[in-house]
Amino acid sequence: MSSLSRDDVANLARLARIEMSEEELVSLANEFTVILDAVARVQEVAGADVELTSHPLALRNVFRPDVVVPSLTPDEALSGAPAQEESRFRVPQILGEEA
Amino acid sequence: MIHLSASEMAAKLVAGETTSVALTQAHLDRIAAVDTDVHAFLFVDTEGALEQARAVDAKRAAGEKLSPLAGLPLALKDVMVQKGVPTTAGSKILEGWRPPYDSTVVSNLKRNDIVILGKTNMDEFAMGSSTENSAYGPTHNPWDLTRIPGGSGGGSSAALAAFEAPLAIGTDTGGSIRQPAAVTGTVGVKPTYGGVSRFGLIAFSSSLDQAGPCARTVLDAALLHEAIAGHDPKDSTSINAPVPAVVKAAKSGDVKGMKIGVVKELNGDGYQSGVRTRFDESLELLAAAGAEIVEVSAPNFEYALAAYYLIAPSECSSNLARFDAMRYGLRVGDVDGASAESVMNLTREVGFGREVKRRIILGTYALSSGYYDAYYGSAQKVRTLITQDFNKAFEKCDVMVSPTCPTTAFKIGEKSDDPIAMYLNDIATIPVNLAGIGGMSLPSGLAPEDGLPVGFQIMAPAMADERMYLVGAALEAALLTKWGAPLLSLAPELVVK
Repeated sequence: MSSLSRDDVANLARLARIEMSEEELVSLANEFTVILDAVARVQEVAGADVELTSHPLALRNVFRPDVVVPSLTPDEALSGAPAQEESRFRVPQILGEEA
Repeated sequence: MIHLSASEMAAKLVAGETTSVALTQAHLDRIAAVDTDVHAFLFVDTEGALEQARAVDAKRAAGEKLSPLAGLPLALKDVMVQKGVPTTAGSKILEGWRPPYDSTVVSNLKRNDIVILGKTNMDEFAMGSSTENSAYGPTHNPWDLTRIPGGSGGGSSAALAAFEAPLAIGTDTGGSIRQPAAVTGTVGVKPTYGGVSRFGLIAFSSSLDQAGPCARTVLDAALLHEAIAGHDPKDSTSINAPVPAVVKAAKSGDVKGMKIGVVKELNGDGYQSGVRTRFDESLELLAAAGAEIVEVSAPNFEYALAAYYLIAPSECSSNLARFDAMRYGLRVGDVDGASAESVMNLTREVGFGREVKRRIILGTYALSSGYYDAYYGSAQKVRTLITQDFNKAFEKCDVMVSPTCPTTAFKIGEKSDDPIAMYLNDIATIPVNLAGIGGMSLPSGLAPEDGLPVGFQIMAPAMADERMYLVGAALEAALLTKWGAPLLSLAPELVVK
């Protein structure tokens, strides 16, 4: 039987960049015990001799001609930006104070 | 007029008995009259639709050669981006966003002069089987407004069943076209993976997602299928081969000598009695039409649901990383001195709903070091086994069939607190996505015990989509003869406001 603790969920939420309330962490941890039991069934038939399938099409290295085609203008690309400045996306601070 | 099939409406346009503006206005009026109760639409593009309709009427008046569906209105699932038109994928994180480009499906619709009425409701990022996970509230099933219209594409299926549109676009990752079609008495087709471009389809699970046609008849679905399908250099997984001749197949409906394989594992325990009754009756009608019914076995299908609920969350945990509050969409907590990381964390807390968070966390876990082989790796092996099951079964038959869903439409709220019970809705539709083949659902009648629609699923090998349309057209014709009128004529009248 697999299970996840409240702290496991908190770590996963940190990795996934989602802030979570204490109530959400605890209830997700409880749900995961049931969900992981259900999905762990894949291990019953996944023998060492079975190939992996990552994708339904056996495609490799799909290329298209290297020609210039019209693309978004800077204004179009910025049209949905939460904040912008001098034709660029304006984002919150990405480095620490000391940088 | 709105109760006709798309093909019948198209014939009236060609004969000059109506115009695209009149047709479009009739559907806009219908939406205004019933959508307060149904809530199929998240956005109605009144001006854009009428402008498109006027343009196609002008082309027709000028004698231009037009496509078979030119001038017909369509409802577009809100997961498909359309330039300048609000696109949310049912999520708060994209509220108010107007995409700066068209998806390839939208470009193809416009090229065919199909009029886009608006964007339809869906489970957030297509994660769900009921539309209850939409951040904008659920859609209601026109057969019974207290019940779910299926999901994730419940808005598209409900729009068809409520006669708000004769055509719609859906996307199907684990059954999101076929299950809504089944529970609303409409037709929905998931083409072979790669048959329709994914460019501009907001990604949930890239190796499973596939857009497809939704309609009220098999022929209408085929016409829409041909309009949206085909190779697209902007999608590297798009198949570079001719589109299967689905319209020809839908017009023929000749199943004489075809072998139809009944999947032993997708029937019996867990399937509602009325679902089984309608399924068995459909098999008899197909046999009477000249098909040979055989039994096939797919022993690994019982692991499909488990594999799906590892693969889809894993891919979504990666795909949804793009919603980072930096370039478009919602941004929360951007106060002086706040770090980008804290803005991301707060935005994603507020912007994503419960089910989306559940799946991102599950996917993050399944892909994490130490668990990768046991979960994601094992799921990929099950995917191989399921594909092998299909390949073996297709040696004995031309198509495989099953009920589309184990039950008819359930009540809104009935399963929303139990993720596993909700996931079981997709037990018969998921194997098709894992193998990347085609699947269709069409109405097979009403379950005697509750009077609600039941779907019949047809599965065909990759790039043999025309076989689904042959069998679907044959069954539809036989059922129409038996019923004397389309199934939707039995749906209760909606209150017009």
